[in-house]
Amino acid sequence: MSTLTLPRTTAGGTAELPAERAPLTKKQTAADHPTWCPGCGDFSVLALYYKLIEKRKLDHEKICTVAGIGCSSRFPYFVQAHGAHFIHGRALAFASGVSLSRPDLHVFVFGGDGDAFSIGGNHFNHTARKNVKLTYIVMDNFVYGLTKKQTSPTSPIGFKSKTDVWGSQDRPINPMKQAIAAGATFVARSTATNIPHLLKMMEAAMDHDGFSYIECLSECIEFYPGAFDAANPRKGGAFPEIPADHDVTDEYAAYKLADQTWPGAFGLFYQVQRPTKNANEAKIIADHRAKVEGQADWQILKKNFDRMK
Amino acid sequence: MSDTALADQAPGTSPKVSTIHEAVIRIAGNSQDGIQAIGGFLARLAGRSEQEVMTFMTIPSTISGGPSIFQVRIGSGEVLSAGDEADVLLCFYDHSYENHISSLKRGGIVLYDSDHVKPNEELLGSYHHVGVPISSLVVEAIGGTGRDKGKNVYSLGLIARMFSLNVSKLEKLIQERFAGKDPTVAETALACFRGGYGHEVQGLYQTFNFQPGENVGQQQVVMSGNEALAFGIIAAGVRFGAGYPITPWSDIMELLRRELPKYGGTFVQTEDEIAAMSMAIGGSYAGRVAVTGSSGPGISLKTEALGWAVMAEMPVVVIDVQRGGPSTGMPTNVEQSDLNIACFGGHGDSPRVVIAPCSVEDCFYTAIEAVNIARKYSTPVIILSDQGIGTRIEAFPYPDLENVCQDIGPDFTPVADHKPYDLETTDGITRHIAPGTYVASGKYPVVTGLEHDELGHPTGSGKLHTQMNSKRRNKLRKLAEELPVPKVFGASEGHVLLVSWGSAKGPIEEAVKQARQHGEAISGLHLKHLNPLPNGLEKIFEAFTHVVVVELNDEGLYGHGQLCSILRSRYCDPRIRSVTKTDGLTWKVKEILDRTLRLTTKK
Ligand SMILES: Cc1ncc(C[n+]2csc(CCOP(=O)(O)OP(=O)(O)O)c2C)c(N)n1
Ligand code: SF4
Ligand SMILES: [Mg+2]
Repeated sequence: MSTLTLPRTTAGGTAELPAERAPLTKKQTAADHPTWCPGCGDFSVLALYYKLIEKRKLDHEKICTVAGIGCSSRFPYFVQAHGAHFIHGRALAFASGVSLSRPDLHVFVFGGDGDAFSIGGNHFNHTARKNVKLTYIVMDNFVYGLTKKQTSPTSPIGFKSKTDVWGSQDRPINPMKQAIAAGATFVARSTATNIPHLLKMMEAAMDHDGFSYIECLSECIEFYPGAFDAANPRKGGAFPEIPADHDVTDEYAAYKLADQTWPGAFGLFYQVQRPTKNANEAKIIADHRAKVEGQADWQILKKNFDRMK
Repeated sequence: MSDTALADQAPGTSPKVSTIHEAVIRIAGNSQDGIQAIGGFLARLAGRSEQEVMTFMTIPSTISGGPSIFQVRIGSGEVLSAGDEADVLLCFYDHSYENHISSLKRGGIVLYDSDHVKPNEELLGSYHHVGVPISSLVVEAIGGTGRDKGKNVYSLGLIARMFSLNVSKLEKLIQERFAGKDPTVAETALACFRGGYGHEVQGLYQTFNFQPGENVGQQQVVMSGNEALAFGIIAAGVRFGAGYPITPWSDIMELLRRELPKYGGTFVQTEDEIAAMSMAIGGSYAGRVAVTGSSGPGISLKTEALGWAVMAEMPVVVIDVQRGGPSTGMPTNVEQSDLNIACFGGHGDSPRVVIAPCSVEDCFYTAIEAVNIARKYSTPVIILSDQGIGTRIEAFPYPDLENVCQDIGPDFTPVADHKPYDLETTDGITRHIAPGTYVASGKYPVVTGLEHDELGHPTGSGKLHTQMNSKRRNKLRKLAEELPVPKVFGASEGHVLLVSWGSAKGPIEEAVKQARQHGEAISGLHLKHLNPLPNGLEKIFEAFTHVVVVELNDEGLYGHGQLCSILRSRYCDPRIRSVTKTDGLTWKVKEILDRTLRLTTKK
């Protein structure tokens, strides 16, 4: 077999994997200083990601942080882990490529509402439907932050943006309904201001075997200040948690919850077990491999070529 | 076949047997008649008989079928194109007769189904007309039920008799083809075949005998270009891919979807081509070069993500089986009009690699080369195939699979430190480490579409942008230095140099051969590596008065085909001109020569 061996790396040579490894501290997980505006909701999501990594003893190299484009999508630069800052709206497709080829990694995808539901809307539907194993956290601020205040697909009717100076008129999409209808197997809702709640959701999402989606209200202090005050008890709002007796496997009940009046319900709306795309593909592979057991790749290929003689 | 092979002979005597070097057989009917199957049997038989073979077919673009042809050229020596004119035309219907009789060489044999076709009285003197009531004979042979199904195999029998083909090999092929189905299917097919073979054709003055093939002792495989490309991708070690269906690319993704699991791999059908491109890049990033592909409009959709791969210096292979464009264009016709999008598609300065296979065999090896270039230079590589090569069938020497197959699995050995976009390396090439790799310094790389520093972190520095642009460009200049300088076909100096790329290679070489036989100082040059171009072409061009690029695309606003425009801008040489066409068909040798002579002869 002729195989081109490539130089390993461009700096420093190889190293040894340490035998003992302590859980990563925030200092070890933090990378670039975030470029967000002071007070942006995204800071707490990032802080909780560090916390999750520490608490769940995840190793740097076993995490892959993927994002599209937007303020929120800057995420991968701020984390010491393998990361990819992809193009606007397509982070899920990229992340699926990683997840499907690498069962050993935890793939986390972060992004904004425009990234998820406008330009990336179709990828959201299909990644959910295929139940690709990864965790997707949308930091929904109801506005386009990075491009400085245009209407987003989640902007409420009447929101005055630079592209709707008289107030937005298009009906916003409901991310919860969208996720449930598309076939996501884990659908939760939280806010960047309720730290323990968001961490709980992140942990549950990470443990879910399938496409886990968290809708996280995260305020854009710059272009939509106060958007989520109604969901923040410290700002005079309320944080209505989903009642304990809610059956998370009941799709219709979840759909009903998604219809509650603003600020809506928080918690785990929906969770079911359905085979993941990863598991389905692994099964197809196992079935095929069983038939060619013990054969080298070239011998398998030869069988095909012999039929074409 | 020589022009004199079909010399008249008095009717009534038993057919004369001539030994021939090659023959072009065109079968015309409807796609529902299984025309492709006859062609496939003939091509496969040629492959097993150590002969060269090339096919050409037209497929109706509608699902309900319709008029279709399959042309097969079989030769004991080298076969470079599917042939300008047919020696034998087999036609099932009036429309097949009317539309294709002109493709038959004067004095050629037209074998027609006399149950359906009424020959044109005026043409009786120009072609040998041989009528056989094929439809009713099939009913006789196998009963009324499978009538339409059996016509093709019956005709194969007629052809086998006419060309003294190896019956036992053909019967074996028929059996193999229907293996796994209800045994009566193969039995019926064989009965049909024998019926055709045994039929005493009235009025046939001549039968033929092929000279033994020249590829003696060489085992051959017979497949289409799309199959060869897909198997090449597997041999190259690719184990992940993603795509969205579109003609004529779909065959490749269907094959990869079917085959990859045997090798532990996966091919994903995505929601669109943007997702396919993105997912393939994600797969590559995960550690092993992945593949995607498309045709026509799907290629347009891939360009934004492709630009990311250029910026992030992520290896990935993109297959483009070109068809007629723009937009939905001519989905089942050949064209070479995607060279511009392949080389330049997308915004910004985004150098990438483009290579084009020239034959079915070349599809197999090009796939492997593409994967290796992608890895070695950490770059996207586009394989520009086309509908012509993708769908045609050829025989080629059985590859040495054991040595050709490669393992390109990721290396997760921990590293001390890592700078993906190191500006200090001697070769200037990025080496990514796959996620899963431990970095002892604790500094992990981010791959990105933003302009970045050496670690992959965003920068707004104009200086870094300039340096990184040079880095991305210079590595491909380095590749250009390593590319082999193509060899001139024919004399290395003369009046005209015909330049080809992709599927035009065979017809160009045949044109050169013919022209030289007539004393014309014409040579050929085939370019496989289109971006970057190999170095040193100017030296080759210097030795000719005219350089004519022959390509299947439009001459554009300024009068030059797409490769011609690139060569002109690269060499500032006004002697470089082009002969182009967009009729949806591959080049005929005569077309090339006529148009070249018109272009290069002073009026
Ligand atoms: C193809 C493409 N179109 C448009 C843009 C410009 N753009 C960048 S981010 C963005 C929207 C960001 O909004 P959102 O996804 O909600 O993220 P946020 O900044 O609010 O976190 C747009 C339109 C782009 N980068 N790429
Ligand atoms: S513009 Fe809004 S979303 Fe972007 S960083 Fe500032 S506050 Fe956050
Ligand atoms: Mg937003």
